[in-house]
Amino acid sequence: MIKKDTTKRVVITGMGIVSPLGHNVEDFWQAMMSGKSGMAKTTIFDASTFPSTFSAEVKNYDLSKYTKNPHLHKYSNRGSGFVIGATTQACREAGIDIETDEPADNIDRTKMGIYLGAGEGSVDNDVFFEAIVKAWDDENHQMDWGKWAEVAFGRMDPMCELEQEPNMPAAHIAMLTGARGPTRSCLTACAASTQAVGEAMMLIRKGAAEVMITGGAHSMIHPLGLMGFNRLTALSTRNDSPQTASRPFTISRDGFILGEGAAILILESLDSAKNRGVKILAEVIGYGSSSDAFRITDMHEDGRGAIQAITAALADAGLTYKDIDYINTHGTSTAENDSIETKAIKTVFKEEAKNIPASSIKSMLGHLIGAAGAAELISCVLAIQNNTLPPTTNLNDPDPELDLDYVPNEPRKAQVDVAMNESFGFGGQNNVVIIRRYQG
Amino acid sequence: MSSARVVITGFGAISPLGISSSQMWQGLSGGRCGIDKIKSFDPVGFTCKLAGEVPEFKIQQYVPKTVRKSVKLMSRDIQLSVVAANEALISSGIVTKGIDAENVNVDPARFAINLGAGLISCDLVELAPSVAASVTDGKFDIKKWGKDGLELVTPLWLLKYLPNMLACHIGIIHDIQGPSNTITCAETSGHLAIIEAAEVLARGGSDIALAGGAEAKVNPIVMIRQCLLKRAATDNNDMPASACRPFDADAKGAVFGEAAGIVVLETIENAQSRDAKIYAEVVGAGQSCSINTAYEYIEPDGKGLQIALEKAMADAGIGPEDLDLIIPHGTAIPADDRAEAAAIEAALGQAAAKVPVWPTKSMLSNTGAASGALDVIAAVYAMNEGKIPAAKNCDKKADGCILNIVKQPQEINIRYVLCCSYTYGGQTAAIVLKRPE
Repeated sequence: MIKKDTTKRVVITGMGIVSPLGHNVEDFWQAMMSGKSGMAKTTIFDASTFPSTFSAEVKNYDLSKYTKNPHLHKYSNRGSGFVIGATTQACREAGIDIETDEPADNIDRTKMGIYLGAGEGSVDNDVFFEAIVKAWDDENHQMDWGKWAEVAFGRMDPMCELEQEPNMPAAHIAMLTGARGPTRSCLTACAASTQAVGEAMMLIRKGAAEVMITGGAHSMIHPLGLMGFNRLTALSTRNDSPQTASRPFTISRDGFILGEGAAILILESLDSAKNRGVKILAEVIGYGSSSDAFRITDMHEDGRGAIQAITAALADAGLTYKDIDYINTHGTSTAENDSIETKAIKTVFKEEAKNIPASSIKSMLGHLIGAAGAAELISCVLAIQNNTLPPTTNLNDPDPELDLDYVPNEPRKAQVDVAMNESFGFGGQNNVVIIRRYQG
Repeated sequence: MSSARVVITGFGAISPLGISSSQMWQGLSGGRCGIDKIKSFDPVGFTCKLAGEVPEFKIQQYVPKTVRKSVKLMSRDIQLSVVAANEALISSGIVTKGIDAENVNVDPARFAINLGAGLISCDLVELAPSVAASVTDGKFDIKKWGKDGLELVTPLWLLKYLPNMLACHIGIIHDIQGPSNTITCAETSGHLAIIEAAEVLARGGSDIALAGGAEAKVNPIVMIRQCLLKRAATDNNDMPASACRPFDADAKGAVFGEAAGIVVLETIENAQSRDAKIYAEVVGAGQSCSINTAYEYIEPDGKGLQIALEKAMADAGIGPEDLDLIIPHGTAIPADDRAEAAAIEAALGQAAAKVPVWPTKSMLSNTGAASGALDVIAAVYAMNEGKIPAAKNCDKKADGCILNIVKQPQEINIRYVLCCSYTYGGQTAAIVLKRPE
């Protein structure tokens, strides 16, 4: 490859979000400032008998508010539908013209790429389960594939089947924006969209793109997703109190809460942003990725992989452990994550660890899985812009072993110039991105 | 920032043509076809009854005793990737904890992994008892399933089907602690994973990387999806060996299969410092996106693929006339083949009619996230053996196709190979490989 020794600076020029806490950035932020919870009884399907009956759903979302061509997205799964709204908002803020066929925004479409952390769409539940019921031969413990195929061919919709593929949200963004640059989609479980933003930054740094539409989109609030996480006993079962169920860093934490949504950031080379004269929201300065290489079911006891990802991100940013003003934690409210994450922060940040505010917005937002990291990065940008830290809510009975400053229960005014977001995926893939207040 | 050159020093493949990369190459060279009637389930009622299935293998042989318990968490996609990773590492001379714990010669923290993976469909036979136990008045009753049925599903069920688990299992077996990613761009995943791993190496993120892809598409859920989308060949069920016909006038659709292909990528400095054999250099990469409102196909003029091809050649600093071989995506879906041919024609200009084009899916089937990686490995073999095998099943080119589809095996000096791919959903990629001087 032609190697350019570049140290291109990468900035954020637009943001958009469709989440359980609101369908735009302002609502999302205000909800966190008032400590709102996105959790309620699950309504997408009947989960009333599952071990966990509640989740953090996106409610009353109307895709047609965001595009004049909603018919292009009529088959979209929940994630790819949400991503249309988030992308439209982000493009509008960044001055990217997605309304006209001959955009006058001065961006070469072959230099405008897409990098998403995105997950699967739900199976077509009614047909999926009915086909199994019709085809299962209990006596011989086998499927009658002929019967199964009959139901499937009769009732499955080809496009709804296609929409289950995880690269579909990126396909919808391409149709919406005309982006022709490098286009990728990754799925490193709960770390996916932090990874997407990090790799998108790298593509701009190396000159492969000037603008990247990046972030995440995902909904695992579907029967197979809920079943899977319930069987892993990873979810909170505090069914009598959904709004206080996500309680990271407390002694009574009992799992995370499935959420859904899409969060998009427009990353751009500083040169391009300046040339276009658009407002710069923050600068992306560091990215680190690592792998636990420990166990499929557990994080490494000492947080080895988390430590390596944080250390790599600091090094990439040219910072030391003394330079971080705010950490947006992975903070899932599971017993394991919260204690190992705390341990990892203490190892990296040494004597500074207790002085760095480290909150978990999953206490309010729930866990957006593939989209979580990007939503959290947006909250980091907002923390810098507002010099205010979003809180960890429901932190009323702190785990005595966990003694960092988790910004309990109330937002807090604080000077925030450098913020770090941590995301750790099932299986041990870890990603960390650092952003900074933009200074010319 | 570092900007290292990146080379290929090892490779492994498990494919319908065999359980090693050399078996795959022998098959490809001999024009053997890995496509046959589906054996792993009875495809009665399916419009396409063919697939490329991998010969029998024993996964336990590829997993060290210390972590053998983890085999029960491995879906077929994961198993295939573990087999290919094992061969790739052995061929490279890199000794990991999983190869020989006493003689490790790699720093785990400087070792990256980047794999392409598909949407892993679950094993319905495994799931069915819980569903069948949750029926009221002959209909599936989700309330019953939530209350009683769930208990019948194995607790760690979900972990078998998360696409990132391929990289995680291999990472655990071989102690890979550096940057790790999972690309899920369907049939472009293998190429994109190799491209991104090369970027990680070039920017100094690691010294060595495993990269490629794996997918087991011979699952009723996957097969029915491709049948419903009318991407699968349905007219040739009685003629497996001639069913998949890339760029041929009688092309009737794709045949899907299962495979894994993984290469060892290294910075050239690292490879030289350990006197590793260098098989090829990754000298160019290009990516873009097709934009088509009918996004199960790429756009008819192939624009998104054309951009990727042009970027890859520019990145490599070469022109179309420098190419000695193109391995196209060539999946035998007529509309997509036409679009790909148009893209190659637009990107290469006059050279498009000259450069040998060798599609492999007529023999390997379309193995989704693995397919791009298999093609890169085939390119490495072709380069190192100075040989392009004959294309299979392209007896009469489709109307308007000007590409030079390789009719007869050729012994030629190959310096530059271009591999490209695209997928439903639109992502496109191209890689230029160069034979080491």
